Amino acid sequence: MSNYMSGAQIVVEALLEHKVDTVFGYPGGAVLPIYDEIFKQKKIKHVLVRHEQAAIHAAEGYSRSTGKPGVALVTSGPGATNSVTGLTDALMDSIPIIVLTGQVPTFMIGNDAFQEADTVGITRPCTKHNWLVKDTNLLGKIIHEAFYVSTNGRPGPVLVDIPKDVQFASGNYTKKKDFLPKRYSPKIKPDNDLILKAVKAFENAKKPIIYSGGGVINSGDNASTLLRELVNKSNFPITSTLMGLGCYPASKKNWIGMLGMHGTYEANMAMHDCDFMFCIGARFDDRITGKTDEFSPNSTKIHIDIDPSSINKNILVDIGIVGDIDISLQTFLKLWKKRGAKTSLNKSWWKQIDDWKGINCLSYKKSEKSIKPQYAIQRLEELTKDLDRYVSTEVGQHQMWAAQFMGFEEPKRWMTSGGLGTMGYGFPASIGIQLAHPKSLVINVAGEASWLMNMQELGTAVQYNLPVKQFILNNERLGMVRQWQELLHGGRYSHSWSDALPDFVKLAEAYGIKGICCDDPDKLDDAILEMLDYDGPVIFDCLVEKHENCFPMIPSGKAHNEMILSAEEPEQEIGKSGAVLV
Amino acid sequence: MQKLFLKKGISRKSAYNLRNPKDDEFERHTLAILVDNESGVLARVIGLFSGRGYNIDSLTVAEVDHSGNLSRITIVTSGTPSVIEQIKAQLARMVPVHDVHDLTTEGESVERELALFKVFAKGEKRVESLRLADVFRAKVVDSTLVSFTFELTGTPEKIDAFADLMVPLGLKEIARTGVAALSRG
Repeated sequence: MSNYMSGAQIVVEALLEHKVDTVFGYPGGAVLPIYDEIFKQKKIKHVLVRHEQAAIHAAEGYSRSTGKPGVALVTSGPGATNSVTGLTDALMDSIPIIVLTGQVPTFMIGNDAFQEADTVGITRPCTKHNWLVKDTNLLGKIIHEAFYVSTNGRPGPVLVDIPKDVQFASGNYTKKKDFLPKRYSPKIKPDNDLILKAVKAFENAKKPIIYSGGGVINSGDNASTLLRELVNKSNFPITSTLMGLGCYPASKKNWIGMLGMHGTYEANMAMHDCDFMFCIGARFDDRITGKTDEFSPNSTKIHIDIDPSSINKNILVDIGIVGDIDISLQTFLKLWKKRGAKTSLNKSWWKQIDDWKGINCLSYKKSEKSIKPQYAIQRLEELTKDLDRYVSTEVGQHQMWAAQFMGFEEPKRWMTSGGLGTMGYGFPASIGIQLAHPKSLVINVAGEASWLMNMQELGTAVQYNLPVKQFILNNERLGMVRQWQELLHGGRYSHSWSDALPDFVKLAEAYGIKGICCDDPDKLDDAILEMLDYDGPVIFDCLVEKHENCFPMIPSGKAHNEMILSAEEPEQEIGKSGAVLV
Repeated sequence: MQKLFLKKGISRKSAYNLRNPKDDEFERHTLAILVDNESGVLARVIGLFSGRGYNIDSLTVAEVDHSGNLSRITIVTSGTPSVIEQIKAQLARMVPVHDVHDLTTEGESVERELALFKVFAKGEKRVESLRLADVFRAKVVDSTLVSFTFELTGTPEKIDAFADLMVPLGLKEIARTGVAALSRG
């Protein structure tokens, strides 16, 4: 095939060279030439979403569950601006996605043309990098560069803005093998002397903790394997951030649960009292640290991260290692084993952690009459944990309960919006996951308020017959907002409930799919099994206790050792300095 | 559920103690950033500063290598040492950024700025402004019967000092280029 072709053909050709099999998109005037080329071929499956934001979240779900970059294609103007939330979400959670946007023809740019927006300007702060292509001859090279930038170093979203005349015009296509990345070369190999220092600190740790994060998953499956080896050989306790769940199996004895604002008591206390903290691919986010000046005051801290700007950003560490997790752990393990694989682990440390575990921080008051949301998640977990299962969530209380009560044995099985906290993420993400894994069980654990934010994607699920299970914990409230209003604003529930919720079963019927409603704890198991048995999309409306709070909780502005464990505790005052925090 | 009685502030060593005691002091740093000369690159750099709440005291930018398509951005910024470190790390990870040099910490450097001053004065004040311009080695680049325009090159401090002297003599307008800086040797 000649290298001379139209810009639209170049787009399709480049996507094929990067082995893209699925594109999530929505057509419009400025991308019609590309849609025409998509029409003419069979190798790339185009999935028509019902809103551009959903295209980006679906691409994120696809990417997070496969390790490959996700691709979305949207039109100019409103198509591009609708993608902004998804791009920001992917940037915060380091998800590699490539977004192609149409643009008005080059000669009309700047004229306030129909459906014109300054897409590269608007998306500059919410992408890792973006490009406006003004010459068809550069289009192939720029798409290759976009894939390269998105997936190398700290992964992230990139955007290529392609004016319509550039799509129509013909030019030379630069093949992938002829493309040389000229400038962007993030450091992936760690400094050996820093690794040696880290190994020495590791060997001397008496009360250690390993604090892992999403970076382990981004680094590839081998990084998780190495992490497991490190934990198993050293017998150190391990916790993880929300983004890192699954990089270490939740069923293993060294796992002490998620840490952070709604993490387990034992994980947060261990973070606070440890004398050695090994942070692997996490970024000391404010949900994790709580009050930074009382964060783990007596520990030697080591941080491995591929992004130099993540090191010493929120918490000063003793040894900051810039490098890819996989390569860094290989080097670390090799050196540690060569030196005899020694540890100085204090026996009393595990005893202490077991005492903390004895508090049973995730316990809650069971109810015979109503379904407790925690109970619903526990039953869902029990009935699905042995299946080939992928889970996405929306954002709020249900997300935290899912993180607390569901266990993940493998990486890439848990998709959630961590950094940005995007309500409406989970449903479109579940669509992306299901397309990548057609035979697997995909469940979106949702709250009714979040789920309604992207409910239009029912159309997509039905059109492609994607058997995604929408497990909605329906408390008729914005649960997390309501909880904060209860704790911080004297129980004045300003606009945190909905008086106009749909009948979810009828909504399902309107789309020709299955709806299940359950409000009886005794019938819950049967209802969940009915959902699992149904071959097709299901909306499961699980009516739960309306005023349940999510515990344990580190209140804003408090330290790890100042968790609230239950509503019965004497009210802890959240000071003014804490109340301004989110 | 069992209640917990945790002693408040059980930690002996606050994480504050781990920080550099100078951390609260603002420092002024001159950064030289070599970037690809492509459209939007300046917007990316200044967008980083505004988006993350960093200061820009002065900024200059121009192409320095036409064949290599490179521009040099010189930014004078101020912040605590940890903020300065963040700024450098954030700049360095941007795709079009080739190099970030902190001229304030990487050995000695020279800094120069060019400024134009328009001074309206009559009689003794007019003579005095000319005399002071001579002391500062400022050049007269334009003159009318009622005004002088001086050109002065020097460190920002020298330009500040000259401006202070010109105010009582009838300074009406100043144009400054911002700092250009190079490491020595």
